Amino acid sequence: MTGADRVPIVVDGRPVEAEPGTTVAAALVNAGIAAFRTSVAGAPRGPLCAMGICHECRVTIDGAAHRRSCLVEVAPGMRVDTRG
Amino acid sequence: MNAVVADAIVVGAGIVGAACADALAADGMRVMVLDSAFAGGGTTAAGMGHLVAMDDSEPQLALTSWSNRLWQERSRTLPPACEMDPCGTLWIAEDEGQIPAVEEKRARYAGHGIAAEAVDAAGLAKLEPNLRPGLAGALRVPGDSVLYPPAAARALLESALGRGAELREGVEVRAIGPKEVETSEGAFRAPVVVNAAGARAAALTAGLPIVPRKGHLVITDRYPGFCRHQIVELGYLASAHTMTSESVAFNVQPRATGQLLIGSSRELAGWDAAVNPRIVSRMLDRAVAFLPGLAGLSAIRTWTGFRPATPDKLPLIGRWNGVDGLWVAAGHEGLGITTSLGTARLLADLVAGRSPGIDPRPFDPNRAAAAAVA
Repeated sequence: MTGADRVPIVVDGRPVEAEPGTTVAAALVNAGIAAFRTSVAGAPRGPLCAMGICHECRVTIDGAAHRRSCLVEVAPGMRVDTRG
Repeated sequence: MNAVVADAIVVGAGIVGAACADALAADGMRVMVLDSAFAGGGTTAAGMGHLVAMDDSEPQLALTSWSNRLWQERSRTLPPACEMDPCGTLWIAEDEGQIPAVEEKRARYAGHGIAAEAVDAAGLAKLEPNLRPGLAGALRVPGDSVLYPPAAARALLESALGRGAELREGVEVRAIGPKEVETSEGAFRAPVVVNAAGARAAALTAGLPIVPRKGHLVITDRYPGFCRHQIVELGYLASAHTMTSESVAFNVQPRATGQLLIGSSRELAGWDAAVNPRIVSRMLDRAVAFLPGLAGLSAIRTWTGFRPATPDKLPLIGRWNGVDGLWVAAGHEGLGITTSLGTARLLADLVAGRSPGIDPRPFDPNRAAAAAVA
């Protein structure tokens, strides 16, 4: 799929095209991104449960830190940051 | 007759017991510390960890300011795990009516050699941009700090162990007698026994005027820089001072991890440790009234703890008249982290018969009984 049926979002400053109706977590995985955030000890972390329980998939969305990306649907122009 | 196991037995390895063990060991005493669970795991682990000059009364200000100076001296040797952060405290004046109280507090602190500066509304907004607009000002006390209490208690114990003290965890003290404690591991004797069992001290020494005063805390996820000071409303002391069945006051603390600790509540609810959603809701409403942005942050945990509260809001430090060889260092309510070091120094001075660094009389454990007789 390309073009009009894709949802443009920005991940760490780079444009990413997501499928409509997917979660931010799915969009990131589909874009080949595995590390969603960094733990206190400095380890890369990514989604595990995909249903809002484990909090592993937290990212910053439109400036709000620690959003669970598996619970948020992509929206045009959304800015996602995985460097938190 | 059981053998004497030490020069002093300290009952309770919370931060007060840990500090006392270290101070007594520094005087050359052989110290044994007993804890029914593990060091720093009770009220010490439940609290915020504020090292704060507090002026509910003159003796309280004397003890807290002295203790703060002792923490400053100690800060150089505390391990990084203690997360000591000299963030200072902001006492918030909500409206113009509280500005005179800011000046009175500043003058009182100055009288004890504590630096403090009045901050106007614009200055406050600059110091803490996430505070709501319209607050009248604040008193900034730059010498206050925060630290992580369980690690601090552990560090004090490590220091005591380095001076030859012995720590026994998982040993429950069931009764305290003259120069003796009965425990789950048998009876131990020592010429000096220190009841430092905090909120549970009264269960071991009948007549100690200590009741558990329950508190709630909420901790958020990591939001570094959301606030930079320990922030407390000026009305906090009123909440702490009056022994009502329940009260809340705004108190937020930035942690080294970037997390925010949100308090505070006070309840007389016996030993019921369950989280009370109604109180948590009141507490968070109060916090959001000062820091509206808190409403959009994630809280990850809520818990309760029991402050060891006394009727006059001062700890009990000194010899207990009712039992031969028994000393008390308990009843610090919400200030035990701050006052642990001053308490320990005062207790060690009294045990050794030295002239103490501050007037010990307001802290005499027998004062309530003496007042009742008089």
